[in-house]
Amino acid sequence: MAGPKHIRTPLGRVLGRGAAKSGTEHFWHQRLTAVANVPLTIAALGILIALLGRNQAAAAQILGSPAVSIIMLLFVSSIIIHMRIGMAAIIEDYVHDESAKLTLLMANTFFTIAVGLAAVYGLLKLSFGL
Amino acid sequence: MMAETSSLERRVPAERPLSPHLQIYRPMLTMMMSIVHRITGLANYFGTLLFAWWLIAAASPNGYAKFQWFASSWIGRLILFGYTWSVIHHMLGGIRHLIWDTGRGFGPKEREWLVAANLVGSIAITVVLWIFIILTMGVG
Repeated sequence: MAGPKHIRTPLGRVLGRGAAKSGTEHFWHQRLTAVANVPLTIAALGILIALLGRNQAAAAQILGSPAVSIIMLLFVSSIIIHMRIGMAAIIEDYVHDESAKLTLLMANTFFTIAVGLAAVYGLLKLSFGL
Repeated sequence: MMAETSSLERRVPAERPLSPHLQIYRPMLTMMMSIVHRITGLANYFGTLLFAWWLIAAASPNGYAKFQWFASSWIGRLILFGYTWSVIHHMLGGIRHLIWDTGRGFGPKEREWLVAANLVGSIAITVVLWIFIILTMGVG
């Protein structure tokens, strides 16, 4: 039979990304952060439980210690990425009006960055002082 | 030609069947747990506000006292109890989805077992955690 078996160029075939060039980042990052979230959430819950009943000075000292602070910073980073993708999926599923959808997607990014940086600020302040 | 164009212009959209949606199906545990996974994700999203508040409050005695006042009030306890369950449920649900991502656990028995384990596990862990919290912190 004459002619190629398919119409994709050799380069396109080797790169294997199809016409869109991209599109699985959100799928992949959601799973990547999901895997990270499991041990980090268990660790964060453990830290929280260890702080029960302690006064502010003790809580601040523990939260400001290097290992605890780094675990908490990793936890915040991972959940912020995860929740931004998750909320975007919810908005894209249920909000069909184009301008409302874009507004909410922007608000989603603003909210996740703001709450993430607020948590990071709190942690850094506990580590590095006032 | 003219007659064809005008007949095209007058064409009304064909009444095609729409794809069935939620109200068509008998509620199933897997379906309900899929919805709950999304709702708990949504709750965790806004729960991060409490988490950030707690971290910022921890830096000052005044701020921490305010957070502790909230956390020991009955409404605060209720919210934190719900938040705990929501986080644990979403985490176990996430593990279930990661198992499903490998292509395993889709059999009629396995998928039912997985969602049941998700629900029972999340409630059990939350209750055990909160018994410990109440024992440590007192009732109010």
